[in-house]
Amino acid sequence: MNTTLRRLAGVVVVMFLALMVSTTWVQYGQADSLNNDNRNVRKIYRDYGNARGPIVVGEQSVAASQAVDDPFGFQRVYADGDAAAAQMYAPVTGFYSLVNGTSGIEGAENSFLNGQADALWVDRLKNLLTGEKTKGSSVELTIDPAAQEAAWEALGDQRGAVVAIEPSTGRILAMVSKPSYDPNALAVHSTADAGQAYEDLLNADGDPLINRAIRAAYPPGSTFKLIDAAAALESGDYQPDTQIPAPHRYTLPGTSTQLRNFGDEVCSSTDEMSLADALRISCNTAFAQLGVSLGADALDEQAKKFGFGQELEVPMRTDASRFPKDEASSDDRLALASIGQGSVTETPLQVAMISAAIANDGELMQPYLVDTVRDPELEVVRQTSPHKLDDAVSSSTADALTQMMLGVVNDGSGTSAQIPGVQVAGKTGTAQTTSEADPHAWFTGFAPADDPQVAVAVIVEHGGSAGSEATGGRVAAPIAKAVMQAVLDR
Amino acid sequence: MSAATAAPATTATTTPRRPARLAELLLLVLALAAGVGAFGLVGVNMEEHLPDGFWLESAGLALIAIVAHVVVRIRAPWADQVVLPSVVLLNGLGLAMILRLQEAGAQGANATRNMQWSVLGVVLACLVVWFLRDHRWLRRYTYTAMIVGLVLVVLPLVPGLGRTINGAKIWIGVGPLSLQPAEFAKIAFAVFFAGYLVSNRDTLALAGPRVLGLQLPRLRDLGPILIVWAASLAVLVLERDLGTSLLFFGLFVAMLYLATERISWVVIGLVLFGAGAAVAGTVFPHVQHRMEVWLHPFEGDLYNATGGSYQVVQGLFGLANGGLFGTGWGEGYPQRVPYSFSDFIYSSLGEELGLTGLLAILLVFLVVVERGLRTALGVRDGFGKLLAGGLAFSLALQLFVVVGGITRIIPLTGLTVPFMAQGGSSLLANWIVVGLLLKISDDARRPSPLPLRGEVGPGGVLEAAGADGSAHDGALGGAGQHDGALPDVPTGAHPVTTPTETVGRPAVPRTPLPRRTPSRPDPEAGQP
Repeated sequence: MNTTLRRLAGVVVVMFLALMVSTTWVQYGQADSLNNDNRNVRKIYRDYGNARGPIVVGEQSVAASQAVDDPFGFQRVYADGDAAAAQMYAPVTGFYSLVNGTSGIEGAENSFLNGQADALWVDRLKNLLTGEKTKGSSVELTIDPAAQEAAWEALGDQRGAVVAIEPSTGRILAMVSKPSYDPNALAVHSTADAGQAYEDLLNADGDPLINRAIRAAYPPGSTFKLIDAAAALESGDYQPDTQIPAPHRYTLPGTSTQLRNFGDEVCSSTDEMSLADALRISCNTAFAQLGVSLGADALDEQAKKFGFGQELEVPMRTDASRFPKDEASSDDRLALASIGQGSVTETPLQVAMISAAIANDGELMQPYLVDTVRDPELEVVRQTSPHKLDDAVSSSTADALTQMMLGVVNDGSGTSAQIPGVQVAGKTGTAQTTSEADPHAWFTGFAPADDPQVAVAVIVEHGGSAGSEATGGRVAAPIAKAVMQAVLDR
Repeated sequence: MSAATAAPATTATTTPRRPARLAELLLLVLALAAGVGAFGLVGVNMEEHLPDGFWLESAGLALIAIVAHVVVRIRAPWADQVVLPSVVLLNGLGLAMILRLQEAGAQGANATRNMQWSVLGVVLACLVVWFLRDHRWLRRYTYTAMIVGLVLVVLPLVPGLGRTINGAKIWIGVGPLSLQPAEFAKIAFAVFFAGYLVSNRDTLALAGPRVLGLQLPRLRDLGPILIVWAASLAVLVLERDLGTSLLFFGLFVAMLYLATERISWVVIGLVLFGAGAAVAGTVFPHVQHRMEVWLHPFEGDLYNATGGSYQVVQGLFGLANGGLFGTGWGEGYPQRVPYSFSDFIYSSLGEELGLTGLLAILLVFLVVVERGLRTALGVRDGFGKLLAGGLAFSLALQLFVVVGGITRIIPLTGLTVPFMAQGGSSLLANWIVVGLLLKISDDARRPSPLPLRGEVGPGGVLEAAGADGSAHDGALGGAGQHDGALPDVPTGAHPVTTPTETVGRPAVPRTPLPRRTPSRPDPEAGQP
């Protein structure tokens, strides 16, 4: 029996080897895929178990992780739990939620905030050796708290968005979207509460979860006339004082539809006016006709130079603004597109970029929100340097447009954006959506005109509190003024 | 042979010294240190102070280990010195993990209760060592053991007594307690198989036709194996317990092979079991379901199904989270796995101790099993060989079935990791196995009154035999020289009752030894 006992001992060894191999396979071979399985709650525990880096605006953190006594270890808190301030920054910070995922900077910069970015491998190696827990890096934003607050306050209870950019760099100084939400409610660890909060926001009036500044496409209305004017000047056939046709009414080519000016006004008694004057009073018939004579290709090309058609990462992905070139091959559609109606759409960020490019001598800078990423030892891990996207217009065209935009604010449709002692350039817009709804009120501009510090775009949906009486000049321009003043007062 | 005449004169007076069992004591201290250390770490890591009752529990663990050591020292002084510390280590680590899971709020984890069961288990092992003077005494109860085993297996099916927990009818309720009689049936069956096979091995091995190089048994000898096969399948089908079924049948096939040296029995056994399982798989949906869960655990439907693969997958998540070095005591999330403290304690240990810890635990188990098999090699009688070999193999098989189920070598079944998982029946039964193995190993390692191989030359006992302290003169001189150990069973009786054995104790080196002589040792062996 001893022979068989020895063989049985061999069989036992083989059985144990099989167990050792299978255990190794699970704990080592398959570990990565198992650890990243979505059904593995430990993955979330692990992510939460690390202190997540703060999101910093000015000197204040607007999102921070606080140690709590639950299995996750840390609770994400926005604006120290101040619901109003958290709402103000929500379009930027987004939320970091166990149940609802992530959005905004929380999502776009997740790998730095949780300390797992490739660029942080030295820190992780150090932690492995010292046994310290991985900590997230802090993400410092370009947002100017004064500008953000001014925009938030000035927009009041109205729906809409405000974006402010530093023209020379592309730094985004303010990004406000209303209605907003309190990310603290979404970040709670209770699955039921967080899920309910998300559900409520999904069903809420006005889509508070959408960051209108970059993810909503609006008809740009008369602000699109800046692109018409830029295309005209760039073509070399027009100067600001070139006389262009400006009839009382304009019959859209190939149709019997008559295009009117706002309030059916008469632009010029001579049915003709200078390009600069047409922009100053925002004459629809003049620009519709100008767009048709410039052609869809020229407008499309100019729009693209200002950033149309691109999904940017700021670092959140933005919607692309759209000029419907194919549709505009028929002149009646082209005429409508030329005054920012029809199928042309822009994000508020895009509108701000047009002003910023004009303010920056025609150079369009890549807009960005993240200034610096610092590891827990406050060493700089990444610093964003300004980056030129395109030469939108020539320097001379930019100068000419600036002068024309000064006319709009000084003596045109945008007088309520005037700031005492500061030359403000701007353009109003009043965009019809449907015949029943009140129009969107737009304003975009920059200041000071001779040394631009801030470019801004404001949209107030459906006229805001002014309703059907709303125009860009009346409703949106004062908000833009408040934001620009806040930046200039620094 | 001048030396041969002189040497016995000097050595015959040296009785073999009883081992001091210092190795066991030292290993016990290490095992206790590991167990108590694990206790402490659980408390410190989870509550930042030592757990409540830490000193009491630690003292209790130490006390039962020392008591066991002393009992073994008195009643089985020659017993294997590694088995007891290894099992104390496993038991201690298991208790620490159960405490850790209880602290984390795992539903049903009860470290105190399991500590009490452990104490009772050690007491039972000590009783076995103390009162079972000779393991061959068990042979007298071969068929009693069979009946006891069958009754134990059938008990859960008795209405009013049996309890169905999670679909498996393997429990009986005794007052507030739930017991798994199958754990004890394992021992009864090992005794029965050993007794039955040692009597019938020749018939089973030698009679019958040869087909395709396999020595097939005679049909009428198939009776007992068919009974066991049927019993195993009955367990599988009626009690829905694949693990126990596999354990019984595997144990029987292994012992059959040990006894008969016929690979044909293994083949027949595997074919029968495979066929039975295949039929069960097609006829019974729950077996089929188990197979699906085994093969495709990550599929969404099975994962979400009631009784689906959720538990297996959660266990795998836990193991993966442990990685190479584990999270450390109290730092992981093993409590997320259902039955993390009993059926899935392996994945709990894997999560917190890592691959390193699990491989160490597997090695400790391997040491215990191989020590058991070594005992079987060393013991002189066929019954003892089969019993020790069978018990040791049952430990290995039980571990293989449960760990293989968790790591997906085989379908998941409801067995528990011996000594570690929470559960009174498992602890008691396996501690009894330890008691038996210790007792048999004492017999195996006790210096024989008979000369060992090579000690006897043509002219008589060589001097080396005397130096080894096991010259037969000692035995003839009386049992008193053995310090009273085993007084009721004179050691000289061994050769008489020991059935057919050639290896390990070949009495006289007979020149031209015929191959495979039915190797009954010559009763006269060693007699001058």
